[in-house]
Amino acid sequence: MTEAVIIGVGLHPFGRFPGKPALDMGADAVRLALTDAGVNWPQIQGGYIGSYEVANPDAIVGRLGLTGVPLRGVFNGCATAGTAVALAARAIETGEHDLTIAIGLDKHPRGAFAADPSVAGIPSWYGQTGLFLTTHFFGMKINRYMHEHGISHETLARVASKNFRNAARNEKAWRRTPLSPEEILASPVLNYPLRQFMYCGPNEGAAAIVMCRADQAHKYTGKPVRVRSTALRSRRLGAFEVQSPSFPVGEPVDSPSVDASRAAYESAGIGPEDVDVAQLQDTDAGSEIIHMAENGLCKDGEQERLITEGATEIGGRLPVNTDGGLLGNGEPIGASGLRQIHEIVLQLRGAAGARQIPGTPRVGYTHLYGAPGASAVTILST
Amino acid sequence: MTTTQRPVAEGLFTWPPAAAPLRLIGSECRVCGLVSFPAAATCVRCASDESKERLLADRGTLWTYTTQNFRPPSPPYDGPEAFEPYAVGYIELPGELLIEARLTEPDPDKLRIGQTMLLTLVPYTVRDDGTEIVTFAFAPVEESTHAEQEAS
Ligand SMILES: [Zn+2]
Repeated sequence: MTEAVIIGVGLHPFGRFPGKPALDMGADAVRLALTDAGVNWPQIQGGYIGSYEVANPDAIVGRLGLTGVPLRGVFNGCATAGTAVALAARAIETGEHDLTIAIGLDKHPRGAFAADPSVAGIPSWYGQTGLFLTTHFFGMKINRYMHEHGISHETLARVASKNFRNAARNEKAWRRTPLSPEEILASPVLNYPLRQFMYCGPNEGAAAIVMCRADQAHKYTGKPVRVRSTALRSRRLGAFEVQSPSFPVGEPVDSPSVDASRAAYESAGIGPEDVDVAQLQDTDAGSEIIHMAENGLCKDGEQERLITEGATEIGGRLPVNTDGGLLGNGEPIGASGLRQIHEIVLQLRGAAGARQIPGTPRVGYTHLYGAPGASAVTILST
Repeated sequence: MTTTQRPVAEGLFTWPPAAAPLRLIGSECRVCGLVSFPAAATCVRCASDESKERLLADRGTLWTYTTQNFRPPSPPYDGPEAFEPYAVGYIELPGELLIEARLTEPDPDKLRIGQTMLLTLVPYTVRDDGTEIVTFAFAPVEESTHAEQEAS
């Protein structure tokens, strides 16, 4: 089977852009990715595009060129971009296309998502009585995790502080003001133990990734990044997942992040010990801590020491969310995972500028998790 | 003055309160025994569509919790405009399931993972005509009371 490699990445800044439609942000990201890859839009043979807010994201062809290219809309909650990348890579691996694109774009209003529970298959009373909030899950999951594995409130604050510090070195990030752990711990509690500055916010942005067959990469770039594996998993019965009015008692069942992670490592023939830089779904500071273990990058409870020692900092042993993550960038759902891959590609090329990790990173890892319990993992290497 | 009360949804818990002891209404798969809440016509373990009603235990332990310190978006939330923070948690009903519910105690410092919790009802909002809308919640059981009950 042919291998897919990434030859171009493009990122529209994440933030708020009044008056600029999501499709325009997406088109900008596509043009950046095409320029980076050294290809023209008419050369693209097929692609996958994801968005939460835009009803027909494939309408982007109206801004790029009506070439007749098959552009398939995908949506998988917060795992949308992971799905788009996986399918674009698969189209190359199976020989359907030689040159593909994955695109994500979104434009969310301010504040928490206000969805209709019935759309998620959940009864109305769950929303009426104030239980239908994803932030509850994040608060409850890290509260339980802190209780079981000895994670402190200070460690939650250190994670958020690190991601804002990294974002300050990223000209395309949204939250670029560094905050100390003390300032973060002084912000109001939103959902105990999580505070205002420990949460990411929905916002706007777009990203795109151009891929080609590995045996043709030399035509475009001297530094292709290999797509070693992609994996997507949904929740299994018994796992503790977001938006669950109830779940079964019994032995704990692994989250879809654990399942997707294992599948991705196995398929790549790469282990967690080989990962040089990781991008983990940090919807909140607690999620980054839990996801370190769920993705095999440490054991449960080791985070307290690792984070205190600075292991996840840009200069540390296992840098996590070097571009500021979701905390620093916000979450335009459809684009978020492509932003992660954009960052890993820059790091593996040695082109991440002020936030470049030291040494010669070979393996990068990205992870997404979202409602109602879906995870996507991508493993990339030089 | 009399206050009219109505449950937020039919079939969620036993109603009216005076008629029978308060219990949540779940279901049990007739094939594999999986307990569900709210009551489910089909089983997410074995896909059977044969289920029977099961009244769930009214007492369990607090598995985890969090607080809600800002007013949730409306819709879907239809609580009062004047917002009072509340807590939510998962209560483990032994041998049955873990249930997400409002907690009567809003202060996280007064909640503890593992503490005993008892089912109750709370009027979480009032309609324009004065009708109180009632939903289920769990209340911490005082440790001393609990110990006495265990001993008796
Ligand atoms: Zn069953």
